[in-house]
Amino acid sequence: MPIAAGYVGVSFSFGIAAAKFGISPIDACIMSLTNMTSAGQFAAITLIYSGTTYLELILTQFIINLRYALMSLSLSQKLAPHTGTLTRLLIAYANTDEIFAVAVSRDRPVTGSYMAGLEIPPIIGWSVGALLGAIADSILPLSVRSALGISLYAMFVAIVLPPVKKHHAIGIVSLFAIALSCSIAYIPVFKGLSSGFSIIFCTIVGSAFGAIFFPIPDPNEEDSL
Amino acid sequence: MIYTYIICMCLTTYLIRMLPLVIFQKKIENRFLNSFLYYVPYACLSAMTLPSIFSSTSSVISAVAALAVAVILSWRQKSLFTVAASACITVFVVELVL
Repeated sequence: MPIAAGYVGVSFSFGIAAAKFGISPIDACIMSLTNMTSAGQFAAITLIYSGTTYLELILTQFIINLRYALMSLSLSQKLAPHTGTLTRLLIAYANTDEIFAVAVSRDRPVTGSYMAGLEIPPIIGWSVGALLGAIADSILPLSVRSALGISLYAMFVAIVLPPVKKHHAIGIVSLFAIALSCSIAYIPVFKGLSSGFSIIFCTIVGSAFGAIFFPIPDPNEEDSL
Repeated sequence: MIYTYIICMCLTTYLIRMLPLVIFQKKIENRFLNSFLYYVPYACLSAMTLPSIFSSTSSVISAVAALAVAVILSWRQKSLFTVAASACITVFVVELVL
């Protein structure tokens, strides 16, 4: 539920942005419903507005969303063993940053029905938010939209920090990834890199750093993640 | 045509998410890979939060204040909702004062 509420806020601003780039409320809603990717959609509306080629759009989506491949790979290890292919096909569709984060922070393997309960409210929130945002364009004052913008990041903090108490290596990996992402963002040499690529890079290097210096002791321990 | 664009991005995004989930149905035994995947969510969420959080609100000051509130509450094991709502309220109040 908090994810769904957070999504309404973000997709609302997506709807507003889409409206500014000449995309109708219905199309903004369809785009949200079929894609479920904030960064990808924000990039797409600017590209579509500039009359991009299909190949360019596909490549951009591929790079920005490549992190989901890592998340799906990670989630595949978290699913209950008997989870069937059809269920996996459905789960994959809404494996977003936040849903993934909540699923993996659960202390036992996750089932198809758990994932359905986790995914359906945010899907509705994400689609409806875009629709409302595009229709309303700007009924909310800037101060409220600004305040809603922080909610997803606050949730990320709430997901990453508590496990650090039990396993300090997570904190080190986290700080390492932050140092990388800040370097990429603020050192001029890396200016050309997209934020999607930066996240992939930080995730891979940060996780590999953790795996090399702090390998988890027992393969079964990841079940108690 | 807008719908062709939407279909292109939709298929790309879905395939990226779907293939790893369907291909890797068995538990991975390799220790390095297991450790790597164990750290993926934390590295990924950390990299997504900082420094992007600073530009998620109207002013850097309100974002820093909300980040501090989120860190303190998370450290005290408050729920996702409490942390998110407190951060939002912090931003709202700080921007009101500024």
